[in-house]
Parts: sequence; C-alpha cells; structure tokens
Amino acid sequence: MANKAFNATRGDKLFDIFNILAMTLVLIVTLYPFLNVLAISLNNSTDTVRGGIYLWPREFTLQNYKTIFQYDGLLQGLQISILRTIVGTVLGLISSSMIAFTLSRPDFKLRKFVSTTLALTMYFSGGLIPVYILMRDLHLIGTFWVYVLPGMISAFNVFIIRSFIDGLPYALQESAKLDGANDFKIYYKIILPLCKPVLATIALFLAVGQWNAWFDTYLYNGSKAHLTTLQYELMKVLQSTQQGSGAGRNANDMAQQMTQISPESIKMAITIVVTVPILIVYPFLQKYFVGGMTLGAVKA
Amino acid sequence: METLTKKSASAKRSSDPKPPTQKRRNRIWDSMKQQKYLYLMSLPFVVWVFVFNYLPLWGWTMAFQNYKPARSFGDQQWVGFKHFVELFSDDRFYLVLRNTLAMSLMGLVVGFIVPIFFAILLNEMRGMFFKRAVQTVSYLPHFVSWVVVAGIITKMLSTDGGIINDILVNLNIIDQPIQFMAKGNLFWYIVTASDMWKETGWNAIIYLAAITGIDQELYEASRVDGANRWRQMWHITLPGIRTTISVLFIMSIGHLISIGFEKQFLLQNSLVLDYSEVLDLYALNYGLNMGRFSYGTAIGIFNSVVSIILLFTANGLFKKFTKESIM
Repeated sequence: MANKAFNATRGDKLFDIFNILAMTLVLIVTLYPFLNVLAISLNNSTDTVRGGIYLWPREFTLQNYKTIFQYDGLLQGLQISILRTIVGTVLGLISSSMIAFTLSRPDFKLRKFVSTTLALTMYFSGGLIPVYILMRDLHLIGTFWVYVLPGMISAFNVFIIRSFIDGLPYALQESAKLDGANDFKIYYKIILPLCKPVLATIALFLAVGQWNAWFDTYLYNGSKAHLTTLQYELMKVLQSTQQGSGAGRNANDMAQQMTQISPESIKMAITIVVTVPILIVYPFLQKYFVGGMTLGAVKA
Repeated sequence: METLTKKSASAKRSSDPKPPTQKRRNRIWDSMKQQKYLYLMSLPFVVWVFVFNYLPLWGWTMAFQNYKPARSFGDQQWVGFKHFVELFSDDRFYLVLRNTLAMSLMGLVVGFIVPIFFAILLNEMRGMFFKRAVQTVSYLPHFVSWVVVAGIITKMLSTDGGIINDILVNLNIIDQPIQFMAKGNLFWYIVTASDMWKETGWNAIIYLAAITGIDQELYEASRVDGANRWRQMWHITLPGIRTTISVLFIMSIGHLISIGFEKQFLLQNSLVLDYSEVLDLYALNYGLNMGRFSYGTAIGIFNSVVSIILLFTANGLFKKFTKESIM
C-alpha cells in the first residue's frame, strides 16, 4: 500500500519493524530447505554422512548428478514426465478453452446443462476404487493414456477461462459473425488469441499438475518400468529408507522396491532434478496466475 | 445479434394462439444447425465428463454387492448394507475417521487463518521490492510436488543433520535430538505444518487481490480520525475482504473430509500408522490392495456423503447468518 508516512506514530514504526522481521522469517523458512537440498546434492556423498551441511557444500562435487543420470529409471522417467506434461497440457488447454467458449455464449441452448454437469463434478467424486475399476474396464491401466485422459477436463479450469471470456466485449463476436465467420472460426481466430493470459495460467496449472503427479503411476503403472514417471522414481528412492512404509506395504510394489538405500546426496540430487524445471518457469508466469486465481475465486 | 432474433422469435410464439408442434421442432432443429459448432465443441467433452466423472458413481453399486471382478453386472451377488455394517463395526474405521477429522480440522484452521494474516501483513509492507520478493518466494513450495516436500520435511526433521533438531539442541531447549518422524502423536502437527509451509503463499493470492480492491479513501479517512495501522487492519482491511473469506471458508468446509492422502501417504512410516491413516488410505489398503473392492467402495461412499452434508450445512449456516453463499 502506498501509505504515505505522514505523521507515522511510534506504534506504526513498531509495526513496520515487526512486519519486516516477520516477512524476513517467511523468506528464510521458505528458501532455506531448498538451498539446503541444493548444498547437499553438490556435496561428496560419503562426506554428507558426517552431517553439518547447511548452505554450502563442504566437498563440492558433481558426481551425484553424474551418478543419477546413469541410472536408467531416471532417464526413462524424465522422458515420460516430459511427454505427459506436454500432451496433458495441450489436450487440457484445447478441451477447456472450447467448453469455456461455448459456455460464454449467452445464446447457446445447452449452456445451463453443460455448466451444471461440470459444476457438480467439483463437489463429489466416485472415489478411489470405482475410478480404478473404470480405468481397468476402459483398458487404460498399463498405458500412457491413463496419465492424461482422466484429468483432461477440470471444471475449475473451464470456469476460470469462461470468466475471462465473459470479460471480453461480446460485440467482437457479433461483428465477426456479421462478416460471415462461423462459431469455430470465432473461437479460433478471435477468442483464443485474446485469451493468452488466462491460457498461460491454465497451462501452468496443468503442466505443474502433470509434472508433479506420482500417485497415478503408483496406482496404475507401478509395475510397468517403461511408463514410470520421474516423481514416482523419486518417491521410490526417498521412501527406500522408510522400511515398512506405505510404499513397502503394497505387495504389488514390494517387488520393485529396490531395497538398496541411496546415499543422502543422491536423493537430494534427484530432488533437485525434479524441482528445477518448475522453479525456472513459475516466476515468469506469476503475473498471469495471480489474475487467474482471482478470476477463479470470484466467479467459480 | 442472436439474442435479438431469439427474442423476436419467442415474441411471435407467444402471440400465436396454438403453436403447431411441427413448427417448433423445426425451430429447434434450425437452431441446432445454426449452433452446430457450439454443439460440436462442447458435446464430446460432456460425454468425456460423463465417462470419467459420472460413470464411477455407477460403481457405487459395488458397495451393495459382493463384487467379483470376473462377473458381469447381472451376475453379481447383492448383499444390501452388509459392507456398511462391517465398516461401522470396525474399530480401525473409527481410528481412521478420527485421524481424518483431526488433520482436516487442523488443516482448515491453519490453512485458512494463516493465509489471511500473511496477506494482510504482506500488503502492509512498504518496500515494493522486498514485498515482491517475499510474495514470489512464498509461492515457490506450492509448485513443488508432495513427493519433494515430504522428502524436504523428513530431511529438516531428521536426527542427523536436520536443521530443526540442530537449532533446538544448540539453543539448549532439548539435549537429545527428537525423532520427530517416529512419534505418532506429532504426526498431525507435522502434516499441518507441512501444509502450511507449502500452501500459505498460494492461498494468500486471493486475499491479496481482494485487499487491493478496497477503496483507498477509507484508509485515508480513518487516518484522519487517528486510527493507527493495527486499527486500520482490524476495522477496514478485514471487513473489506469479508465476502472473500466467507466464500472460501464454505468451499473449504465442503472439502473438509476429502483432504486427500498424498501427504499422509508420503510422510507416514510404520511407526506412526495409528495416527497417519486417513479414509482414502484405508480404502486403498483394505479395499484395493486386498482386493476387497466392495468394502473399499463403501468407505468412499461414506466419504462423499459426509462431504456433501458438510458443504450444504456450511452453506446453509452462512446464508442464514451472513447472507453470503456460494449456491
């Protein structure tokens, strides 16, 4: 707030000091864990066992990263993760924006029906087991498509895009129609280009969701080595010390739970590899997603 | 332009004493033809939503059968409420329900109040650069997966080299490092704190936006009246975002019981199971992994029904007391 500091009282000054301290604390608490992980990942893995690595590596090395990139599971997982992120994002963007466009048309006969159908899905779900059975019956288990098809349309994303389109002047569509454009052309030539900011937001949501997903791999494709994702590989490695943990109790998973315990530095190196792609993109998209979230909250 | 033609059409219809049905059918057909692209652009996706979101509801019938995967629907054996009776007489179920409610209530309080305070404090920051920096950094954990967060939390709380234990020992608050992850009674707090760490910045976005919408003149007027910063926050900022707060509160109550299970799954270990198992994990372990599909489905149904009741109750209460509602 551009609070001009005219007649700032003692209380106000005290408040400012308190506030700066509080926010600095937030900054440290948020950043330290990441810097610590980075430092450990760059430290010699036998030296790490001695503990005491905080912000800087004690014996700097890139060996941990070399080691993990020689591990087949990681490269395989990286490929699948990238692929599902791209395919999932593109499919999600196309479908959500198309529905959103039709929902923003006041003259569309099915508007009410489609939006109710979608809105209801935000409040209930079939539950773990019926969904699992459905995936099995659709023969999606053990395929790549189980990653992208079930989550392709999210009501929340559709409503965010719809709110954005509602904010555009409707006269644009009307004049295009007078010029002889059909509805698809209006969507493709007029609405989509104008929706860039909101589409960037949704793309970020979808991409982050896809990149970070691990449970679907665990549930559907855990035994398919060529379809496991990076997050799943990381999960296996991180959980390998916790004997008898959730992952270990699953009979299905027990077989491939490599009982080898990876050194701390290796684990942290994989963590960094999994995390970095997102850290690179999100600050650039910040101005978009702040707007997107607000649209979603007001009108969803 | 289309709305105009529609209006004149309906006006004509009402002036017509007996509209012939044939004509009306033609009109519907015409409008469908006219809007064929709109239909094409939405109907396939409606079908998609039915398949992936509504068909699983059909699977709820499993809870009333002794479901055998190999049989067709007609050949299933119907058993009525047997699985529900079994569920409600299982001691484990009440333990799991306790864990679910405890963690979701704690999550609700922390995940709701902390972001509001964070947003208000951040909004009061004077240095633009610092404010931006804090805001950008505060989103960071939201974008990282729970797998990574669970790894980080475990690392920070570990007895060898975990920063929390190091600080506590060096400040002489404790003399022996605490095995945080092995203590069942700490598990709820660890989950809640992790959630707070991960989502506070993200959840604050909406409040920050709402605060920006408050009329600046209100602040100036109050300053003239001698209100200090605390009073401004209390009497202007907080009431200014009341609508946003209520709407988000109702929405989070609706999702109270379906808190998910990712964090619990990833943070738990065999020592803390009595505190970490939540309804979804219970359904996963007892339903899916043991092949008891019907039993697991009953758990899921219980979960959904409670969520919906909570949502409607919260919405009703709010409608009554604050005139805000989401439905």
